[in-house]
Amino acid sequence: MDLHFGDSKPTDEEREAVDALLGPPGSAWETAFGDSTVRSDADLRWARGGRAARERRDLLLPGLHAVNDRVGWISEGALDYLCRRLTVPPAEAYGVATFYSMFSVKPRPATVLHVCTDVACAAKGSAELCAGVEGRLGLGSGVSVERSPCLGLCERAPAALVVRAGSPAAGLGDPPPDSRSSHAGEAEKAHATAVVAPATPEAAVLAASAPETAEPEPPASLAVPQAGQPGLTLLRRIGVVDPASLDDYRSHGGYSALRRAFELGPAGVIREVTDAGLVGRGGAAFPTGVKWKATASQPDRPHYLVCNADESEPGTFKDRVLMEGDPYSLIEAMTIAGYAVGAHKGYLYLRGEYPRALRLLGNAIEQARARGLLGDDVLGQGYAFDIEIRRGAGAYICGEETALFNSIEGYRGEPRSKPPFPVEKGLFGKPTAENNVETLVNVLPILTMGAEAYAAIGTEKSTGPKLFCVSGSVERPGIYELPFGATLGELLGLAGKPGNLRAVLLGGAAGGFVRADEMDIPLTFEGTRAAGTTLGSGVVLAIDDTVPLPRILLRIAEFFRDESCGQCVPCRVGTVRQEEALHRIAERTGAAAAGDIALLREVGRAMRDASICGLGQTAWNAVESAIDRLGAYE
Amino acid sequence: MTAIPLGVPRRLVEFTLDGQEARVPEGSTILDACRAAGKDIPTLCQGDTLTPKNACRVCVVEVEGARTLAPACSRKAEAGMEVRTDTERARHSRKVVLELLASSVNLSTTPRAAEWIKEYEAKPDRFGPDAARVDEEPRVDNDLYVRDYDKCILCYKCVDACGDQWQNTFAISVVGRGFDARIAVEHDAPLTDSACVYCGNCVEVCPTGALSFKSEFDMRAAGTWNEAEQTETTTVCAYCGVGCNLTLHVQDNEIVKVTSPHDNPVTHGNLCIKGRFGYQHVQNRD
Repeated sequence: MDLHFGDSKPTDEEREAVDALLGPPGSAWETAFGDSTVRSDADLRWARGGRAARERRDLLLPGLHAVNDRVGWISEGALDYLCRRLTVPPAEAYGVATFYSMFSVKPRPATVLHVCTDVACAAKGSAELCAGVEGRLGLGSGVSVERSPCLGLCERAPAALVVRAGSPAAGLGDPPPDSRSSHAGEAEKAHATAVVAPATPEAAVLAASAPETAEPEPPASLAVPQAGQPGLTLLRRIGVVDPASLDDYRSHGGYSALRRAFELGPAGVIREVTDAGLVGRGGAAFPTGVKWKATASQPDRPHYLVCNADESEPGTFKDRVLMEGDPYSLIEAMTIAGYAVGAHKGYLYLRGEYPRALRLLGNAIEQARARGLLGDDVLGQGYAFDIEIRRGAGAYICGEETALFNSIEGYRGEPRSKPPFPVEKGLFGKPTAENNVETLVNVLPILTMGAEAYAAIGTEKSTGPKLFCVSGSVERPGIYELPFGATLGELLGLAGKPGNLRAVLLGGAAGGFVRADEMDIPLTFEGTRAAGTTLGSGVVLAIDDTVPLPRILLRIAEFFRDESCGQCVPCRVGTVRQEEALHRIAERTGAAAAGDIALLREVGRAMRDASICGLGQTAWNAVESAIDRLGAYE
Repeated sequence: MTAIPLGVPRRLVEFTLDGQEARVPEGSTILDACRAAGKDIPTLCQGDTLTPKNACRVCVVEVEGARTLAPACSRKAEAGMEVRTDTERARHSRKVVLELLASSVNLSTTPRAAEWIKEYEAKPDRFGPDAARVDEEPRVDNDLYVRDYDKCILCYKCVDACGDQWQNTFAISVVGRGFDARIAVEHDAPLTDSACVYCGNCVEVCPTGALSFKSEFDMRAAGTWNEAEQTETTTVCAYCGVGCNLTLHVQDNEIVKVTSPHDNPVTHGNLCIKGRFGYQHVQNRD
């Protein structure tokens, strides 16, 4: 291809940021600023780049992050420079950069304060938080305030996230608080992030002005009200182990599952997982053993393992708590999954809004690599496996399995049409097993306790323990672990059910509402299905009668409109029409709303039937359930 | 003489189409099968020279056992499949999709759109006068072609034609997302500052008139565009020795635009800037 570039040049800072990721340019052709004096004699004989550079297209997203982290936005010069280095057409890279909400292609202040305005935070006063923050941070404050979809901090709502661009800190992500330099001058501020939750306007503004000295986050165990209790399986190490220490993880039973996996062999592992009846916990509930077996048996090589840690469903934060409280368990589980499906490379696709998980997982991978638990010869068993973290940049759709592949590969995070399915043609067009964090972590107890004992937990069709993300109007929000089959009432009993409960949103924005008198719904895949609802990703968001329901429905509609990738018509336009209709009937009931409700039903049905992927197919679920089960506009 | 491309012989797949036995070569799509059986399935984003993107969702059909509807343009026929093309469910989705499209963009120059809207009894007005529209002014920034995104349905055909499927220029891409997604060149610059090489192959594949020849755009604005009065003559391009076919569209003895036959086995409707736009010398009468 004959690429065309404009005259825009990168600043030194932008160039440094890209070169730090890609290494110095191999020849002057890669930079090609039209300055012939820079070219050496060798450059005039041949050019490197071309196909070799193009094969690194998957570094486009990390490259955009590098510039955005350093400068705060992505200029024409920076984007063109990155494109020259990777031989990516600038139009395509521009399409990618404008796809993600955490990137900006227009100048903006170096510090961005993301204030979560999603369902759980909205119910806890994010509107007041936004107003308070904007009142204090006017123009010229050097901080850009952006309203954000769910930050995954629902148990500590309302939440805010500060991202300040600056020169890179040593190592992956941010340095631990104690080593943060306080002497960095105004001129070269270090890249820093801070999470503020629960946030007050004062605390958010303070963190935005000095993220490096912001109050440290409470430990992940505070998100687990059951932490330390006996009988826990998936959460047993949360609050017990030091998430930064590999030794501590091993002294609490870590890596015994991987040893067992090597004893069983790949086929044996798949048999155990199949016999255990494990199904995906990300929302789709697909049998994991079937997926692994199908991937393992593909003749095409290489195989890939992808861990979907793009937890962006409003109300969902279990994967964050697992990754922050017990990061090595995910690394171990990914190693086992990779071994089972015959992959030597695993990608951990982590949403961009989780700085602490990024830091802890980065550390865990480094430590595991240093100790021979990742690398060319895992545990001396002759099996090579390594994990690479890929950071998302603010796009709910990238949690869709095929959109995630496109995102890693450096394309717009648009879903692909299926078939072909990922087990056949997934990441880089190769057989790929993609699993959610919670699903993978379940593999550890399956191997340590055996398939039979594991399958004895829960019900016949929904086996094992399940994590629930309880938030909203409850006394003790957080992650709860219960065996499948416990009822909604039992779960809310643990979390402190409010006396004035109006409804529960099950399964997140893509799930559905149930009434306060439906507390005996069993929390299993088959039980929720029989009750005409869904377990989805395990969201249990309690809404009391003080929360205006139409406002919540509008927020859900706004979320889908905002997060639609725009590829197919039913979703791109349908989500807009859905939001418009809800605006029209926001304050209306009965006959005055009937026409628009009929319209919503017709559009919703077409979105569910004709959209390419799950986002459009589920965008009408919650609103429909609020109308039918709660009588939202009667 | 027409060249007949001879493909590798393919096995036949047997399946049921609206209750009738259907046999199509392996690899055929449901849409291919429908067309072979004389069924008229509406479609906007499907292009005869491009890999289907299945973005418009107008061609959805019901496949027995599937949770959702399937796009006929890209779903391959499989042995034993039971496909129904004209069910209430499929018709409902087509109707709503046509309503969603027609309420958000201008379909006045989209062939057959009005006919389908009538057939499916779509009522694009029912979303009310305040329904969000794309609402953009035509971008006239060069003398060869005009981009009128008010008519764009985001079918991705221009992106695919400019990219790895034909031209390999990669000058255009989809940018932004959701309802704000648009077709644009790098940095959303004017066309003249972009990588565009003015081959016009994007105009050739555009199904809605969102991309049109400047000549056609001006004549439409002046009210002088009259397709009924145009004659089409297919000839061979005289610029180089490749021998691409040109179809000259002539109105009032003036060439008003140049297209290229898609069934040409060499060019499949693609041309370069000279063949597509370099015709002024023919009608320079001074």
